[in-house]
Amino acid sequence: MDNLIIAGTSYSSRLLVGTGKYKDFDETRRAIEASGAEIVTVAIRRTNIGQNAGEPSLLDAVPPSKYTYLPNTAGCYSADDAIRTLRLARELLDGHDLVKLEVLGDPRTLYPNMVETLKAAEVLVKDGFKVMVYTSDDPIIAKQLEDIGCVAVMPLASLIGSGMGILNPWNLQIIIDNAKVPVIVDAGVGTASDAAIAMELGCDGVLMNTAIAAAQNPILMASAMKKAVEAGREAFLAGRMPKKLYSANPSSPTTGLIGK
Amino acid sequence: MIELTINGTPRQFAGPLSVTQLVEKLDLAGKRIAIERNGEIVPRSQFNTTPLSSGDKLEIVVAVGGG
Repeated sequence: MDNLIIAGTSYSSRLLVGTGKYKDFDETRRAIEASGAEIVTVAIRRTNIGQNAGEPSLLDAVPPSKYTYLPNTAGCYSADDAIRTLRLARELLDGHDLVKLEVLGDPRTLYPNMVETLKAAEVLVKDGFKVMVYTSDDPIIAKQLEDIGCVAVMPLASLIGSGMGILNPWNLQIIIDNAKVPVIVDAGVGTASDAAIAMELGCDGVLMNTAIAAAQNPILMASAMKKAVEAGREAFLAGRMPKKLYSANPSSPTTGLIGK
Repeated sequence: MIELTINGTPRQFAGPLSVTQLVEKLDLAGKRIAIERNGEIVPRSQFNTTPLSSGDKLEIVVAVGGG
């Protein structure tokens, strides 16, 4: 079995998906089912006091008994806020310690603040968290995050929610070549070919939310992403043929042609 | 009366009040929530034995959809 192993736990799907931006919880449920994902990200937010009696909950649509929750720190702009958020998440999820750390630096681009991310990662790892970390595609920072003890490094392919695809495959390649922990492309995937390219590069997985949720048909796109991640992984394992610049090589026999 | 700041909003309650009693007053009993009091987590197992004091700042959170 070609499983994704994160912090000693084995997952058969290499596609990780977010649970945000869907029309309703039913669409969330059906899209996640179609994606085949086993790990789903969730956000931690203040509860609406006095407005939530009987309101449906994400936990009913996407039960933590069926999926591995990956609580995130989306929206946090400091190490402190991210650490507090994940401590609340661990309490909320009964001691669950696999988390996604992201510390943002700019509200327009949502580009990560790597200085704060490194600070938060140090504290969280020491505090016993298994930290999967959102990072810029800087290979040195990615290595530092691994050295701190993060269990997966998750470089952006392009900006969060942009759907711009993989803008710097060269940096991703360096990160992959250097890493001893799983490398998961997180953010920027727009369509199935982007996910396949990430996997063909040798990424261990892909994490996405908007590419599925903002598709015209999220359920169908979830299914497409599942196949793309699988196809990209198989192509990576199969080892692609070498590229030959400026010279063709026929697939049919060059002898036995008629009329010669 | 004790005044608490809950999720950034000041609210007044008749005291004394434990975290468990607050959770019931807010209609959150039985819901999956986590609570931070003055920057420190209050474990669910200690809701009953944690008294609240005027000026306490509480964050009460849930899991929601996100990427």
